[in-house]
Amino acid sequence: MREVAVVAFAQTVHTGHDTGLAEPELLLPVIDEVKRATGLKRFGFTCSGSCDYLAGAPFSFVSALDAVGAWPPISESHVEMDGAFALYEAWVRLQHGDIDTALVYGFGKSSMSDIREIMTLQLDPYYLAPLGLDQVSYAALQAAAVNADRAALDEIVRRSRADGRANPYALDLPDPSGEEFEVEPLRPYDVAPVTDGAAAVVLAAGDRARELAGRPAWISGIAHRAEPHYLGMRDLARSVSTAEAGRAAGVDKGPVDVAELHTQFSHEEPILREALGLSADVTVNPSGGPLAANPVMATGLIRIGEAARRILDAAADRTVAHATSGPCLQQNLVAVLEVAVLETSA
Amino acid sequence: MSDDLVATHVLEFPGGYTRTTGPVIGRFLTELRDRRLVGVRTAGGRVLVPPLEYDPDTGESATDEYVEVGPAGTVQAWAWVGSPRPGHPLDRPFAWALIRLDGADTALVHAVDAGSPKALRPGLRVRPRWRAATAGHITDIECFLPEVTSLIAPVRAEYRVTPGRALTRFLEGVRDGRFVGGRCAECAAVYVPYRESCPACGSVVEEEVEVADTGTVTTFAINNLPDPRAPEVPFVSAYVLLDGADTPMIALIGGVPAHEVRQGMRVRAVWVPPEERTLSMTNVKWFEPTGEPDADLDADLDEPPGGGA
Repeated sequence: MREVAVVAFAQTVHTGHDTGLAEPELLLPVIDEVKRATGLKRFGFTCSGSCDYLAGAPFSFVSALDAVGAWPPISESHVEMDGAFALYEAWVRLQHGDIDTALVYGFGKSSMSDIREIMTLQLDPYYLAPLGLDQVSYAALQAAAVNADRAALDEIVRRSRADGRANPYALDLPDPSGEEFEVEPLRPYDVAPVTDGAAAVVLAAGDRARELAGRPAWISGIAHRAEPHYLGMRDLARSVSTAEAGRAAGVDKGPVDVAELHTQFSHEEPILREALGLSADVTVNPSGGPLAANPVMATGLIRIGEAARRILDAAADRTVAHATSGPCLQQNLVAVLEVAVLETSA
Repeated sequence: MSDDLVATHVLEFPGGYTRTTGPVIGRFLTELRDRRLVGVRTAGGRVLVPPLEYDPDTGESATDEYVEVGPAGTVQAWAWVGSPRPGHPLDRPFAWALIRLDGADTALVHAVDAGSPKALRPGLRVRPRWRAATAGHITDIECFLPEVTSLIAPVRAEYRVTPGRALTRFLEGVRDGRFVGGRCAECAAVYVPYRESCPACGSVVEEEVEVADTGTVTTFAINNLPDPRAPEVPFVSAYVLLDGADTPMIALIGGVPAHEVRQGMRVRAVWVPPEERTLSMTNVKWFEPTGEPDADLDADLDEPPGGGA
């Protein structure tokens, strides 16, 4: 396996409202920042993650390329998923061995529509979407299935929002309060906030990574797994796919300093902690996580970026990042990032 | 951002997007149109409802065997929607639920019209409510309803009641502004209201005595539920031991805040004006404090009627 590392990461100062920037305008500063951080102007491969339904415009990722610069023609791809899954494609592309660098980005403006109902459009069109099952409703079904302790959920939100207030890129949200339900058992504050934002990551392989960063965040393992789409076909109280992806990525092969988890709802944290075998003393989402800033389609990539940043900044030696896609944690990606260069053959 | 430069943008497929169902989902929706629920059996023997073309555990094709399931099922988990949204299947509060239909090995996602989240519990039995016209659509089932496990049985009967001789005699006294008791010749106890026999010794009570309209509160209760006989809540109902009586009489206490009422408090009956009096206890508006020092209940109370120990 070729050694690949995160060598740069940038994100917008996320906002809870539309600042009037178009998607390429939102993206341009973060692309610019990772170019300056690495000194790279061209990349062996470029891959993005976004969702056309967020802006309601077909092929919105094409116009986003204006922020990258695509002439002379570049080698480019896109996933209609979070940027974390674009990073996976870029990592696979780097395994081919013929290129050494890749630019990955994700962006989204969920302020433009009602994200709860936009997410209904991802459901199967026969059994689920016609019911009008919205994102908070199906998440609440999972919260009911896991039967999470209310005090524990409140503490997760309180901690996430406090960490978010300390993170200059996340939203400033108050401590959670209020007894009302959004969809019982979820309260409004259990739901990640509507957020606009973007993020970019530069991957580099082998010696190129050592040239571009003092402490590259080496991806020692990365894997993703999916479960059946239909909610009634799986045990919503557990995330089997996260557990399998975590095993494949080697989460349990060493101590974890920090885990950045793609928790769009507070009850997903205990599910993911259990699936990844993270003990209670592992720090989860010190950035505040998605409950403090959730720029949809960049949120998962930011988890990898935040986990990598702690290694690039020498704040940690071994971190875990998780990203998800689909209803109720249907598909899960887990990456392990390490300071140590792996011993590899040849 | 200038508000002038905001526009509404609608993404829509006019008339809807035509999708083919394939044979498996098509079979389910066709049966649904006929108000039947079917699942498909996997090679491993499990019954998937709603049916899929493949076994999610193994990826193998499902068999061609369709199994009728339900229509009843069991709720496994639910989420309560207090404020339905425009796209939701019901316009009143309802639950989303994972429902395992009888005979199925997987759960169906649908709405349950349960009225209140208190009506939901794991294991709740539910059945579908079908739309009047079915079309081969998952919403041919409008929602699920809890099975019938209870009903409301109205009970009401009317009676014509008379107070009996002794109580009539007492009420005649109340009409005239006095409390009539009866003294037992055997025990010497004075009963108020008046009665014709002594409940302690069984003797016939022959002597009628008038007792005072002042007395002492022996015990009381503060009532917070409205009662047609009380002017307002909270009100105090108390046992008042009238001076000269051996048994207390239940009465309202008024003219004093509820929290100031106490055992031993001296009280006096407040009578309605003579011209308003009838053969009724409403002649006594309530008892109000006299302002006298409290009575020492332990010292002042006589032995209970019948002599006691």
